[in-house]
Amino acid sequence: MVQAAVRSANSVDQGSDTPWVGRSIERVEDAALLSGRGRFIDDLGVQPGTLHATILRSPHAHADILSIDTEAAKRLPGVATVLTGSDVKAVTTSLVVGVKAPVECWPIAMDRVRYVGEPVAVIVATDRARAEDAAELINVEYRPRAAVVDPLGTLVSGAPVLHDGFPGNLASDRSFRYGDPEKAFAEAPHRFSIDIRYPRNSCTPIETYGVVASHDAGEDAYEVLANFQGPFSIHTVIARALKVPGNRLRLRTPPDSGGSFGVKQGVFPYIVLIAAAARVTGRPVKWIEDRLEHLTASVSATNRATTLSAAVAADGKILALDWDQVEDCGAHLRAPEPATLYRMHGNMTGAYDIRHVRIRNRVVVTNKTPTGLNRGFGGPQVYFALERLVQRIAIGLGLDPLDVIKRNLIGAGAFPYRTATGALLDSGNYQEAIARAVEQGRLADLKAKRDEAQAQGRLYGIGFTAVVEPSVSNMGYITTVLTAAERRKAGPKNGAQATATVGLDPVGSVTVHVASVPQGQGHRTVLSQVVADVFGLAPKDIRVNTEIDTAKDAWSIASGNYASRFAAAVAGTAKIAAERVAGRLGRIAASQLNVEAADIVFAKGFVASRHNPENRIAFSRVAALSHWSPGSLPDDAGQTIRETVFWTPPELTPPDEDDRINSSLCHGFIFDFCGVEIDPVTLETRIDRYVTMHDCGTILHPGMVNGQIRGGFAQALGAALYEEYAYADDGSFLTGTLADYLLPTTTEVPEPEIIHMETPSPFTPLGAKGVGEGNCMSTPVCLANAVADALGIADVTLPLVPARLAELVRGAEPPPPAGGAAIAPAREGDRRLRGEGQASVKGAPEQVWAMLLDPATLQSVIPGCQRVDRITDTHFRADVTLGIGPVSGRYRADVELFDLDPPRAVTLRGGATGALGFGNAEGRITLAPDGRGGTKLTYSYDAAIGGKVASIGGRLLDGATRVIIGQFFTALARKAGGGGASGGGFSLFGLLAKLASLFGGRR
Amino acid sequence: MKPPAFDYLRAETVGDVLEGLAQQGGDARVLAGGQSLMAMLNMRLAKPKLLIDIMRLKELRQIERKGDAVVIGAGVRQADLLAWPDLAEALPLVSLALPWVGHVQTRSRGTICGSLAHADPSAEMPLALVALGGEVLLRSAKRRRRVAAKDFFAGMMLTARSDDELIEGISLPVVRGSRFAFREVARRHGDFAIVACAAMKTEAGVRFTVGGVADVPTARDWPRLEGSALDDALNGFAYELGARDDVHATARYRRDLVRMIGRDLIGEVLQ
Amino acid sequence: MTRLKADARHSVRFTLNGKPAEGEAEPRMLLSDFLRHQLGATGTHVGCEHGVCGACTVVVDGMLTRSCLTLAAQVDGCEIRTVEGLAPSADRLGVLQQVFRRNHALQCGFCTAGILMSLDHYLAKNPAPTEADIRDLLSGHLCRCTGYTPIIQAALVAAAELASATKETSDA
Ligand SMILES: Cc1cc2nc3c(=O)[nH]c(=O)nc-3n(C[C@@H](O)[C@H](O)[C@H](O)COP(=O)(O)OP(=O)(O)OC[C@H]3O[C@@H](n4cnc5c(N)ncnc54)[C@H](O)[C@@H]3O)c2cc1C
Ligand code: FES
Ligand code: FES
Repeated sequence: MVQAAVRSANSVDQGSDTPWVGRSIERVEDAALLSGRGRFIDDLGVQPGTLHATILRSPHAHADILSIDTEAAKRLPGVATVLTGSDVKAVTTSLVVGVKAPVECWPIAMDRVRYVGEPVAVIVATDRARAEDAAELINVEYRPRAAVVDPLGTLVSGAPVLHDGFPGNLASDRSFRYGDPEKAFAEAPHRFSIDIRYPRNSCTPIETYGVVASHDAGEDAYEVLANFQGPFSIHTVIARALKVPGNRLRLRTPPDSGGSFGVKQGVFPYIVLIAAAARVTGRPVKWIEDRLEHLTASVSATNRATTLSAAVAADGKILALDWDQVEDCGAHLRAPEPATLYRMHGNMTGAYDIRHVRIRNRVVVTNKTPTGLNRGFGGPQVYFALERLVQRIAIGLGLDPLDVIKRNLIGAGAFPYRTATGALLDSGNYQEAIARAVEQGRLADLKAKRDEAQAQGRLYGIGFTAVVEPSVSNMGYITTVLTAAERRKAGPKNGAQATATVGLDPVGSVTVHVASVPQGQGHRTVLSQVVADVFGLAPKDIRVNTEIDTAKDAWSIASGNYASRFAAAVAGTAKIAAERVAGRLGRIAASQLNVEAADIVFAKGFVASRHNPENRIAFSRVAALSHWSPGSLPDDAGQTIRETVFWTPPELTPPDEDDRINSSLCHGFIFDFCGVEIDPVTLETRIDRYVTMHDCGTILHPGMVNGQIRGGFAQALGAALYEEYAYADDGSFLTGTLADYLLPTTTEVPEPEIIHMETPSPFTPLGAKGVGEGNCMSTPVCLANAVADALGIADVTLPLVPARLAELVRGAEPPPPAGGAAIAPAREGDRRLRGEGQASVKGAPEQVWAMLLDPATLQSVIPGCQRVDRITDTHFRADVTLGIGPVSGRYRADVELFDLDPPRAVTLRGGATGALGFGNAEGRITLAPDGRGGTKLTYSYDAAIGGKVASIGGRLLDGATRVIIGQFFTALARKAGGGGASGGGFSLFGLLAKLASLFGGRR
Repeated sequence: MKPPAFDYLRAETVGDVLEGLAQQGGDARVLAGGQSLMAMLNMRLAKPKLLIDIMRLKELRQIERKGDAVVIGAGVRQADLLAWPDLAEALPLVSLALPWVGHVQTRSRGTICGSLAHADPSAEMPLALVALGGEVLLRSAKRRRRVAAKDFFAGMMLTARSDDELIEGISLPVVRGSRFAFREVARRHGDFAIVACAAMKTEAGVRFTVGGVADVPTARDWPRLEGSALDDALNGFAYELGARDDVHATARYRRDLVRMIGRDLIGEVLQ
Repeated sequence: MTRLKADARHSVRFTLNGKPAEGEAEPRMLLSDFLRHQLGATGTHVGCEHGVCGACTVVVDGMLTRSCLTLAAQVDGCEIRTVEGLAPSADRLGVLQQVFRRNHALQCGFCTAGILMSLDHYLAKNPAPTEADIRDLLSGHLCRCTGYTPIIQAALVAAAELASATKETSDA
């Protein structure tokens, strides 16, 4: 491993005579980033008087908001305002929803919350800490509703309904048919089927969201700076929500952005929210998302339940596919969803030549955070099903999985190849790519290693995947969710406008601007290479700006950094723009040098005659001429000051009448294989070797291409082995810190062995295709296939958590020894904590009963109790401060007593809420004489805890609850034993307050 | 994620600390390395009115051999102890376990005693303290006392320390002529343990200590056990620990690890 | 004994990259926020504020320190080093920085400052690390862009270059 990392990383190419494109030059971005001079959104100063916002979020997965009391918060010094749903509604309108249905989608809860983390109030103050102080003073009264988090469970009749406009929680249900799948299935000798649950995860950039917004009341215009990444179709969504025409929403991006991977598209609802706050306060407002907010409530990939069946011939040839996909978009269908589901629509047959396909696509809502863009975007979900199925077919037919892959590949001579579902695969030679990978990646050695390991009884397996990586999305693919008739009504959507501007200044130096919004991909460097080649200059002569300002720059709806569109579309557009300028410069130079324009070359800083290189003129002189002496330009030359090019590929047409859609412009090919070994004790998966072959067309900068592959690989490794946005069945979010949502670190990520092949795309100006997302599609399933091979199991679910594998591979557990401790009660699926116990208390049941129910003693005996309000004899409210160890919080508790059977039994029910979360519980206590003058007290309880503590304290949650209960009864026994019923006692109320408040207890 | 407001007291003497604790009691918190406390403050899980910074107190920074024990002061950072030249010889178990505590960047600030005060059930140092049968040295304005490891940990994040007490240090016995083994399973390198186990050869047989499963690290002393007797002992112990499910592991998986790692480690120290 | 009141701002002074620095802070102000927003030293980044991501790592009195888990008040009188102090001059990069650039060990650069501080601190004491040492050291940092291996390679190359530079100097 040591050597591997050293050997295969790239170093910089310093050669000089070859073109700049294709060389790994040093990045122009790096000097600033390496010396602390990056300009990320939170590094930029703000206007004096700018206010800071924090967001109060729902602890409940599903609840009605009965009231929000913001008075105390507003009174806190330094607080400018508190906005709740109604305040936001007064100045905005609902975000548009991507399907035709009578539903609204607001960036803040109106009178109902539908996921943990949904904004409930925006607090604006002089600084963030004060805003957070104020947030703790807001009192929201909720009435919880039943929640549903499972994509199939949400479709079951009787499941809680999230939106009346989505009956049965179904936002869209479309069926598609290509070729004759019924016939293929009827005639095929074999049918294989697989059920998949793809989990929720996210590529979680290390920089969180940030927004700075201001509002000019005179012009009713907004100015917003946000680390948004596009697509700028969202600009129209934001402007509409803010009720201004597009030209009154000036949206700018900062020069640097700390990673996005799609995720920063999801900042847009917050743009609306913070812009609304700026309008209400009349001051600029800044919000920097914190990590807890990001994990809980930014955005994630969709989770999906898929059933995929294949009709298969005896030799492994797949004759037809039948897809049934249920896409879980979370609580709101937020733009551009359900795009994750349709992005792959043209590619549902992967790298394979399969002519008959049936698809049913359902989009559902559940009580989870709304989904959005995330690297791979739909690809991981599709390929996990498809490539797992290919392995199952091989096993079922007794074939080698690689042979099944090869048998089904699209023929090398078939390009451009139209897939059954409409994609036009531009170019490739999949057979050749696999052959090279097998050879250069030494598959034979790996197989020998596996055989040897398996012979020794070790758990070693090999996985394969073949994947087509689509890039440069067709802006029209999402309309495939509509029927052809609906599309006709809505008007056509298609294409993928890319823009680039090349400008020459009065001293002839070159500036390039593109609307590509990079988040670390080195766009400025690559563009300087591309344009330098056109002008015969060096990259350092070209200055590139990639910030976007929608008020001044050329942009269109497809602008932005997603769908791997940079190399294929944007860089090519810059080349076209530069060539246009160069063409004109050539004519000017030709007239000055007295040669034909066709004889002109650009090289080494000069514009020269090809035949007589001595006859030349400095580039900067020609370039400056348009500024200083327009009159001396030849008549047909035109200006050479600035050229903006818009480019869109003609191949990206709208879906046709039969729902065939060319969803992307280019299609790279990836073939991966890997060897993994599983520790027999811990069941941890160790990646022994990982080989990844990429054909992404022409490579513009090898170092950056490999950087994209490594980065995607590491994220995919995370998705395969560690990462999941986990929800409990009650909708509690369980992975709210980076100690719970586990990103791989240096100790988990090996160096992948990268192999390249270059089949240029005929459809892009530079022959390049996207490369950024491929491993997010191929790697999770490749690892899963290897683990399935190692363990000989059929069903694998991501992430491959060792404890989950234990359930699959380990037989019955040794039973507990006779007479030993009983097994702790298994945790119920609904996450309620249940338990029971008993305690011996001195004093007769009557005495204990009196003690339990005496409200007068409550205040003095409940730890941390500030005040008790008695509503009725059996109903109390109180403010309590409770803590376990260092953790403490304030709660408002509400408790009622039922089924009183003095002095024998009582049932308590109630809940508590506070800034740290909420709990509710029900308990039954029975008292019986112990025959020695004392009382035997038996209790059983059933409690649920949610909110912040569940998200960030999950590891300790059950244990903490148990501690609290244990402590309570110890205290009970002690107190009753010591002072009897006089003075120091305990109360049922106290018990419930403690049960209901996580980490309650000690003092 | 900004902390709530609190006063900050930079103690210059131990007396300052004890006075602050005596006055403010449960509303005061000792600030040592801050690697747990500051994260809790940023998340507003804790709301002390006063933080007492003890890290400028030279007298708490000692690592001292006192007869058959090593006394480690409250100001000793995890990195200081790791760099102590006598560590492997005097406290082999600690030298095995300490590198598992967090990362280089957290050990450089976090203290040994802070980890004990925090009493996370999965933490390595509490496990080592229990395995070795060390003592915690507590001091308040009124008195000083020593509490044995097994009595110190009262539950998850709960200890026998009362609100007005400072952990001045700990005392760990130097166990001679024994053998030690330590193993930990976590989701990733540097994470809190799902299960951490230590085995130590004793005169009578073996002491086996497990962290990450019960609310507190728990030790068992066994005679020399082998074969199915050892399996039965481990199985019984695994169940007695009352393992639970969480997002990272199931109770069953934890019991499996106790059984399997227990066998390996005990075999290692007894061989 | 110094007791700083919760609701007031107090002066905090320290040495930042060899130069005196001063500002005012409430007791609760984090060192990360103080550096960035009071002193304008925005090269130190904040990614999690709970000690896990490592983006905020700086060196305080020779100790690697998460500035998000440190109060500004705690470092009064200390020596602090941040990424802004790594380059020998504004227009030149140090060896480690150059090697990072040459090896494409950064993409968005958001995590980079913390990683550089850990490496700069570590390599000064451990001139000949193994790959395993570097992986262990850097496990305290999260990077979402690079997949880490170029960073590990850069660290090993930098160690070698720094060692040979030291050797040359001492040979001379
Ligand atoms: C990324 C990360 C990973 C980690 N991984 C691990 C891990 O794997 N294993 C592990 O064990 N820990 C881990 N930790 C926590 C560990 O680093 C802490 O050092 C330790 O838990 C607390 O020590 P501290 O000196 O930082 O104490 P602080 O955070 O300052 O204090 C912790 C608590 O102890 C109290 N306290 C501290 N010192 C005293 C004293 N002398 N007297 C009385 N009370 C005191 C404080 O008031 C506070 O309540 C991790 C932390 C981070 C940030
Ligand atoms: S911001 Fe400090 S470690 Fe993440
Ligand atoms: S370079 Fe982007 S997070 Fe590391």
